[in-house]
Amino acid sequence: MNDIVDPRSLDRPNSYIGRSVPRPNIRKLVEGAARYVDDVILPRMLHAAFVRSPHPHARIVRIDVSAALSIPGVVKAFTGADLAPHCEPWVAVLAHLKGMKSAPQRPLPLDVATWAGEAIVAVVAETRALAEDAAARVVVDYEPLPAVTDMETALDPATPVIHADLGDNLVFERTNESGDVEAAFRTAHKVVSATFHTGRHTGVTLEPRSILADFNRATGQLVVHHSTQAPHMIRDVLARHLRLPEADVRVICGDVGGSYGIKVHVYPDEMAVAVIAKLMGRPVKFIADRLESFSSDIHARDHRIEGRLAVDAAGRILAFDIDDLTGIGPYSVYPRTSAVEGNQVVNLIGGPYDFAHYRARTTVVLQNKTPTCQYRAVGHPIATAVTEGLVDLAAEALGMDPLDFRLKNLMADGSYPRTSPAGMKFEGLSHVESLEALRKMIDYPALRADQVAARARGIHRGIGFASFIELTNPSPFMYGIGGARISAQDGCTVRIDPDGTVLAATGVTEQGQGTEAIIAQIVAEAVGVPMSSVRVVTGDTLATPYGGGTWACRGAGIGGEAALRAGRATKEAALVVAGSMLQAAPDTLDIVMGNIVDRAGGAVRMPLSELGRIVYFRGDTLPAELPRELMQTRHFITTQFPFAFTNGIQASWLEVDIDTGMVNLLKHWCVEDCGRVINPMLVDEQVRGGVVQGIGGALYEHCVYSPDGHLLMGSMADYLTPMAAEMPDIEVGHVETPTRESALGAKGAGEAGTAGAPAAIMNAINDALRPLGARVFAQPFTPARILAALGRIPTETA
Amino acid sequence: MSTSVDVTLSVNGERVARRVEARRHLVDFLRLDLGLTGTHTGCEHGVCGACTVRVDGVIVRGCLVLAASLDGATVETIEGLTESGEIADLQTAFVERNAAQCGFCTPAMLLTAADLLSAAARDGAVPSREAIREHIAGNYCRCTGYHAIVDAIETVATARAGKGRS
Amino acid sequence: MKSPPLGYVRAMDMPDVFRLRANAGPDARVLAGGQSLLPTLAFRLSDPGTLIDITRVDALRGIRLVADGALRVGALTTHAELGRDALVRVRVPVLADAVGLIAHPAIRNRGTIGGSLAYADPAAELPAVCVALDAVVIAVGPAGERRIAARDFLTGLFTTALAGDELIAAVEFRPMPGRRTVIHELARRSGDYAMAGIVLAAGPGTPTHDPRPVFFGVGDRPILATRAAACLAVGGAAALAAAQAALDGDLDPPSDQHGGPAFKRQLARVLLARAVNSLIDARDAR
Repeated sequence: MNDIVDPRSLDRPNSYIGRSVPRPNIRKLVEGAARYVDDVILPRMLHAAFVRSPHPHARIVRIDVSAALSIPGVVKAFTGADLAPHCEPWVAVLAHLKGMKSAPQRPLPLDVATWAGEAIVAVVAETRALAEDAAARVVVDYEPLPAVTDMETALDPATPVIHADLGDNLVFERTNESGDVEAAFRTAHKVVSATFHTGRHTGVTLEPRSILADFNRATGQLVVHHSTQAPHMIRDVLARHLRLPEADVRVICGDVGGSYGIKVHVYPDEMAVAVIAKLMGRPVKFIADRLESFSSDIHARDHRIEGRLAVDAAGRILAFDIDDLTGIGPYSVYPRTSAVEGNQVVNLIGGPYDFAHYRARTTVVLQNKTPTCQYRAVGHPIATAVTEGLVDLAAEALGMDPLDFRLKNLMADGSYPRTSPAGMKFEGLSHVESLEALRKMIDYPALRADQVAARARGIHRGIGFASFIELTNPSPFMYGIGGARISAQDGCTVRIDPDGTVLAATGVTEQGQGTEAIIAQIVAEAVGVPMSSVRVVTGDTLATPYGGGTWACRGAGIGGEAALRAGRATKEAALVVAGSMLQAAPDTLDIVMGNIVDRAGGAVRMPLSELGRIVYFRGDTLPAELPRELMQTRHFITTQFPFAFTNGIQASWLEVDIDTGMVNLLKHWCVEDCGRVINPMLVDEQVRGGVVQGIGGALYEHCVYSPDGHLLMGSMADYLTPMAAEMPDIEVGHVETPTRESALGAKGAGEAGTAGAPAAIMNAINDALRPLGARVFAQPFTPARILAALGRIPTETA
Repeated sequence: MSTSVDVTLSVNGERVARRVEARRHLVDFLRLDLGLTGTHTGCEHGVCGACTVRVDGVIVRGCLVLAASLDGATVETIEGLTESGEIADLQTAFVERNAAQCGFCTPAMLLTAADLLSAAARDGAVPSREAIREHIAGNYCRCTGYHAIVDAIETVATARAGKGRS
Repeated sequence: MKSPPLGYVRAMDMPDVFRLRANAGPDARVLAGGQSLLPTLAFRLSDPGTLIDITRVDALRGIRLVADGALRVGALTTHAELGRDALVRVRVPVLADAVGLIAHPAIRNRGTIGGSLAYADPAAELPAVCVALDAVVIAVGPAGERRIAARDFLTGLFTTALAGDELIAAVEFRPMPGRRTVIHELARRSGDYAMAGIVLAAGPGTPTHDPRPVFFGVGDRPILATRAAACLAVGGAAALAAAQAALDGDLDPPSDQHGGPAFKRQLARVLLARAVNSLIDARDAR
């Protein structure tokens, strides 16, 4: 009964794993009946707004809230000093990132503002509008300090140190090295190199960050409605830093309007709201508005990467040599830290390829800009762009077709398990099969023929590829071993109710990706009931097993396996009772579509509801010693591999207008291997959404700062997100290499699209521009940058 | 000058009379005064499209309309369109095609799509994928990449055109 | 992002407007479609104290032909109305073409031509169309009407020739038999304000006859490129290249988030070529 999941079982009843079934919880979304944090209204609720620093770096000299408090309906104002005694500061470092350092951070700073947009004073009022009126009337006198803005000079002796106690602006540095890189480059047939930039960008969740904290003085309980990916983690953080017993903190995460990594972090303004609720003993709501989202949601991917690649005369990759520099703002973000992105870059570069010599260094520095941290596909789009950009340069230098060059150098499909030169352990990947599948999907010869014909008409089309790996199903090696209280395990409780319906409570959360659907599919199949009989509970620390939540593509692989095991255990328990009732050996019985049946022949013996009736209401009729737990909990954690890597390849087909520098996306393809696919439709949509998020970073999205540290874009009119008209249709294909670490065999699928898309776009643009001798490596690839690369205009700063 | 204004209007077919703060935009009015939380606030400056509702039969940005200016107006929201069944086929298509993920953009996306579909019905045409993309280009969706949304709208447009002919 | 506290008054006719405005003081703002005004309030970039809602003033509505054959478009005409109006399609089709480039359907249902002109965003389409067509803005105040050429009306970045107590009543487009006008723009995303755009009017006859190229998104207001126009008027094979070169003298674009002056000039040259070619194509197609 506990075999690995076999998709060939699709033709059996209540076999849902592998099927494209609609999400049971989607109907509320299309009827406007979802419940996001801002939809929750509590009695005596107040609204918070923040006074934010207009300066990138400034000493706070004086704060005067008297005019603000004079407005009727404005209840209170809080400064950093007001909140500090009631909240332990935090320092976001991880022990396994050796030498990493950061400064203590508080809900509101005491003395110094360190980025433009940092919350300085909180005001609470009867409505958000009144709170904003009040914030506008708070007077803060600042003494501006020199700002650290350029990451290239952040470590220069002449540059001011942001946190004097740290001694310098260095957060973390690491060199990941194996083999003999120097020798490989010395003896190389060809060496190619480029400098890459990935533009700082941000998540722009359509539902802004949202929190409603409610402290009941009589019970001592803090209930927090929070738009978050990790309710148990937030509960742990609130309990420890507000000095409450963990059992007195309940985090409720209802519907979440998009997260993508943005909502897995501890934000000082949200901590301030929780502290204020505790101090005031009444509910306080904070919904970030779009203006403050841009300067206070985490940013990501502010990197400059110098890369070199060496190949031999046979066209084999010998070595990568990488120098990565990233600026993360003034604080490492709690509790995941802001060094992980750079660390991922040096772990993931070269990932798909078979070569021997590797050196990658990352340097993580502080700056007076919005803090950066983990955002969908952390580090992957950067590593993939660098790797695949260099790979295309090498293919070009050798005069080889980019797909042929990849085929020659990708890790062979039968060569696993193996460890990469960067030290990544791969259980089983399918680079070659994926590439061949993609080649078929795109009709490569036809595209190349079209490209030639178009060029003859003066139209410049390009095709770009990006092979990639993606880290999913993380073990405690990601955060836990570094001391962070971030759970890599997850659990699921499955309960059969008297009427035969099934409840499944899981520690993983729903952010729209379809977690509740796949848990329902797995549990329905594992227990043996129709999916319509399963209800899934997520996002409430009072009601769900302790788990890590949604991050790093772990919901299906970790949460799904726990659900499978809990479902199977519940079925076993039910069959023990059924066996007793029916005077049959439990292993001769089965549960199919909600009925107890004979395993042989399938004859229905009784409905599950009859079992429920007896167990819950007439337990007296069962033998006293008979176990009758129709509720089973199982937890799952990976132990054999630090991560379950997935792989895939993307292709972009586009047209560059060489007169305007504008890029027109014609089509995009992705073949990806996330192991066992539980719901192909949901996986496809994860890939598509991820691809478009990657396209955003590649072509549009950019948090542009002035040289003195002011964020120049602050609205959705000037921060350009991808919109429907410019996006291409995206075809998705699958290869399935299940992980053997679990019976389910699933790996993650949420970040593959974002990981590979920017590289594919970049390579397609450069493929289009190749006959013109132009190349671009700095994202976003704006019209002005493309025209400058073409020599049509001088390089100028906008 | 008055900072509060009396308005009487029809919302989802119900007559509603309220005194509203002059600065309150239509989305806050719907959400805070009437408890109609299916309409969402995404940017409050007219770009994201999450607050799209119908006023006097045409779609508008709810954040760019003051409730005070709507005396006598007819307002329809996702709750009203759901209740009337007007977009039931579109909603079902979104469900079946997984054209919603986090759902925050979805009610507004549906209203915008319904606008296109009724225009298409008037013209007796099935809009192309490009025309669908163009029509929803003012509605930001971070989750789906838009492809599934375009599929769902296209499916309904085709189905409605087929019914019209038979 | 809530608007600062506001007063709201509703005008029912023109005398009402003037009276309410006089009472409300100099900071008060007129509320028409609100599609530009309300975002500035949400950002608290302005604090007008009072809004005077003019959307129920019938005198500001309607599209009709007036005595001299001109098309009079009431200030409250929405972009959507402009886009589907039969008279507009026949008399000033470029207005309808321009509407397709403005924002998105939900915005077009509220935004008005009067609002667009009064807001005077240098990247907006309709002000440039008005300049290219030599339209007349009819301003109305307590003292009566003033007719102001669109080119003189738009005086700079978000500024106009309107006096403090005036508002736009209508825009008039003179009949121009045989003249053709095209609009092209380059925007990063559909519906965005353009990185650069052009409205080119010419004719009757060839595109070299009295060409009037007006650029938007490349200056502090719509810019009539007079040097380029002169080059185009010369005609011949080299005219376009000469006109493109002459744009360096016509345009002095400021930098914006999309790029610097050289970038904007490059786009302007491309747009000029595309506009001229589409006029030629349109003529050939007839």
